[in-house]
Amino acid sequence: MTCTDFLSKLTDYFDGQIGAELMVEVKHHIAECHHCHVVLDTTKQTIEVYRDNEIYEFSPELQNRIHTAIMTRCRAVAK
Amino acid sequence: MSTATTLIPAVPLVPEEIHPDVALVARAKEGDTAAFEQLVRQYDRQVFRVAQHITQNREDAEDITQDAFLKAYEKLDQFQGNSKFSTWLVRIAVNESLMRLRKRKTSKTVSMDENVQTDEGSIPRDFADWSPNPEQQFGTAELGEILRKTIQGLPPGFRTVFTLRDIENLSTEETAEALGLSVPAVKSRLLRARLQLRERLSRYFRQNKNEGSKP
Repeated sequence: MTCTDFLSKLTDYFDGQIGAELMVEVKHHIAECHHCHVVLDTTKQTIEVYRDNEIYEFSPELQNRIHTAIMTRCRAVAK
Repeated sequence: MSTATTLIPAVPLVPEEIHPDVALVARAKEGDTAAFEQLVRQYDRQVFRVAQHITQNREDAEDITQDAFLKAYEKLDQFQGNSKFSTWLVRIAVNESLMRLRKRKTSKTVSMDENVQTDEGSIPRDFADWSPNPEQQFGTAELGEILRKTIQGLPPGFRTVFTLRDIENLSTEETAEALGLSVPAVKSRLLRARLQLRERLSRYFRQNKNEGSKP
């Protein structure tokens, strides 16, 4: 497996959609190629750091304001 | 000892699990605004987050959240239940967000296809480890600033796929459905989005930062 082959399988790897045979090849490549090992690890960290950190504030005040506006508009439509 | 044969029921005794949203949507369709209010409570944060990620503008995200729920309320009859209510709602929010981007850039066309042909940043060039991990390297506020600044630099077509797939945890199929894209197109954009973000974040998170390109 080349580094390009590995990259093309990266999305399927994260999605757990790689067959057993190909998985052996991928694991073998990662064990041999430090660059691809780093790419795999840091891409995984990229996904996790965005998933685990709420980067846009959604304060209770903002939530209340939005909630009130939505329900006022919906009730007006319902009449 | 009884010799009676044990009867095995032809149909499973445990019915297929029905998502609680189904009942709320059914009640809302019949005019129960309290049921719809419950759906708003459940998904307002998610809709706001999706809109903010795509538009990168707080006021727009606030307006879009309102408009998306109102549109969903008005079109509830069109929701057939073939997908999850949340996926259907996110699809409305994505459409509203992309429309807002188009309005903002009156002289430029903004679409899911904009800039997605570029491979810039999709070919890994930085092979430094991230250790200690980003949360150990930066405080919450500083990390948030880095993450906001970095995702803002992605083309909207990549940013949207990454948001739905990796942040909102939609499946590849749900993402494709929400964006009107094929599954291979979602996979291709997701790969490039992840690699571009990784490359850009590496400027901040890499070991021996002084040896690499500065942020």
